[in-house]
Amino acid sequence: MDLSLLVIQMLNGLQLGLLLFLVASGLTLVFGILDFVNLAHGALYMLGAFFCATLTFALGNFLLAVFVSIPIMAAVGWVLERVLARPLYARDHLDHVLGTFGAILVIDTLVHLIWGPEGIQVPLPDYLEGQVPLWGDVVVPTFRLLIIGAGLGAAGLLFWLVNYTRLGMLIRAGASNRTMVSALGINIEMLFALVFALGAALAGLAGMLIAPITEASIGMGNNIIITAFVVIIVGGIGSMKGAFIAALLIGLIDTLGRSFLDDIFKFAMSTEAAETSAPAVSAMLIYIIMAAVLAFRPQGLFPPKVR
Amino acid sequence: MKRILSMALAATMLTTPAMAATVKIGFVTTLTTGAAVIGKDMENAVNLAMDHLDGMAGDTKLEVVFGDDQFAPEAGKQVTDKLVKQDDVDVVAGYIWSHVLLASRKSVLDAGKILISANAGPSQIAGKLCSENFFSTSWQNDQTPMAMGEVLNQQGVKSLYIMAPNYAAGKNMVAGVERTFQGEVKGKDLTKWGADAQLDFSAELAKAKASGAEGIFVFYPGAAAGAFIKQYHQAGLKDTMPLYSVFTVDALSLPRLQAADFESVVGSRVTQQWDPSLDNAANKKFVDDFKAKYGGYPSFYAAQSYDAIMLIASAVEAVGGDMSDQDAFRAAIKAADFDSVRGDFAFGTNNMPVQNFYLREVVADADGNWTTKVVATVYENHVDSYAAECSMN
Repeated sequence: MDLSLLVIQMLNGLQLGLLLFLVASGLTLVFGILDFVNLAHGALYMLGAFFCATLTFALGNFLLAVFVSIPIMAAVGWVLERVLARPLYARDHLDHVLGTFGAILVIDTLVHLIWGPEGIQVPLPDYLEGQVPLWGDVVVPTFRLLIIGAGLGAAGLLFWLVNYTRLGMLIRAGASNRTMVSALGINIEMLFALVFALGAALAGLAGMLIAPITEASIGMGNNIIITAFVVIIVGGIGSMKGAFIAALLIGLIDTLGRSFLDDIFKFAMSTEAAETSAPAVSAMLIYIIMAAVLAFRPQGLFPPKVR
Repeated sequence: MKRILSMALAATMLTTPAMAATVKIGFVTTLTTGAAVIGKDMENAVNLAMDHLDGMAGDTKLEVVFGDDQFAPEAGKQVTDKLVKQDDVDVVAGYIWSHVLLASRKSVLDAGKILISANAGPSQIAGKLCSENFFSTSWQNDQTPMAMGEVLNQQGVKSLYIMAPNYAAGKNMVAGVERTFQGEVKGKDLTKWGADAQLDFSAELAKAKASGAEGIFVFYPGAAAGAFIKQYHQAGLKDTMPLYSVFTVDALSLPRLQAADFESVVGSRVTQQWDPSLDNAANKKFVDDFKAKYGGYPSFYAAQSYDAIMLIASAVEAVGGDMSDQDAFRAAIKAADFDSVRGDFAFGTNNMPVQNFYLREVVADADGNWTTKVVATVYENHVDSYAAECSMN
């Protein structure tokens, strides 16, 4: 293990963590403020990827497609809140799970009908295809740096929005005491719809950013949603700061586990045993962390102050 | 309403005697999740085979019932049980995934039916778990990477980094290339697989690069292929660490890579037991009609599925549609008296095909579409490494 590899893997972990944050932030907002369990959040991530992929081919430019897709995703979130979430607010969490799980199946099938089963490869412009040299012969792919930049940018914007704007104040107030906010004459339905749309736009953005690396494919959201739930549980449900720190933590642990666990295991066991067990253990690592957090600090690492 | 009902009833009564002369084939593949792209290709090939046969094997009507394994062993076993028990099919074919086949095989074999793999070839089923009722129209998993190992030796590659998904076939692929490759293996990664497979390979590619190996060998079938190849190029490894792959660059990933303009995949080399350019009448008809009907090249998955249906049809015809004498039917399958798209076709002692393996290169065809062509024959009439472990010897 050498230093430059470690640095590269930290950057890879940071990139994964920021993507997770984009998904988890919306999830934690909706869960924390609306008290609504939205399993279909991953479907929004997938829709973002598919809209962006289609628009990339239509407009001929990936970055342009991202800027057009973000408001589309917000609109999709808005509609989803109206038709799916609003009738379920008054019900209990099990109904939320059932309703949004149904939504996953419906959206997956719609995507299958519209775009076919094969998924879409998203081409990048040439200036994003290359690598950026850090020092010596250490390079990182340009696009991964862009993801890190976009993730940090979105996180900064969100931080500003939540902490320094009137809307953010209402969001925080809503998270603390919903009834009081509506009693003060705030249009709580409008606030909820805005929060849902914001979450959809963020999840969609994550999908758009991952699409050129993997591809836009059916079911891609079901994969990340589980990890996103791990993030918000570790971070503390409803906490933006918790989601940010936990996302980076999970991203780093997952990446570093995949990179170095077999080398570490080789100290303790035979090469063959290490090669067999390391992939299994590294796939479990984040769940082990979650189990530990639930055992010793069930409210999460950074729970919101008032619930 | 009443009239419709009575008509339906009459129709059922009319068709019932004819049903007795129908041979039912269950075909299990992946029709949902991202891997449905493979399943769709196989489904297309099966339908094309049925078109070519006019739905008949001699005087016997053939019927295919598709089943979706959802890319998961438990779902695959469930749908296999349904085909065997509820639909009462005579033969079960298909199976993309080794772990799905391993989970489902008992359901078919215990019911005393014939099982034909159109893709998966886990080592167990070729060796210790071989059965007189199991046949394959594909290959044993190790064979294709073994051929690639030979190619690497011939090209003088001294060290290799290996990446594959962490499931039955992935492990077989790694074992296969390690068996024949004579250089040093600098490192290997087995990544998470299944419906929630890992598709972001940043950490593994960084490790591969740091290992300083002269080449990288990968096995990433289906949707993972495009993802891997893109990240491989984005990581800038193309010039320092050439890509050697099996079941990754195929007729499914190439059109999408072309749409996204991944020029650099042209010229890359892969090993396979079949190619659209193989020169025989059956293959020409298959490839031309497939392209005419579905607008693209068939993949090797499609070729193997087409062969599976043709094999079954040949055996059904040989026994005159009489499925009651299973020994005769099994013998007719084993005889493999049909026109395979890979040319001559024969089964070995363990009922795996004994066949050639070719080195293929990615080229643009006359219309500018990316496809593959055969550049060399690596193995002739190759027998898999597990045949000796099979008790049918």
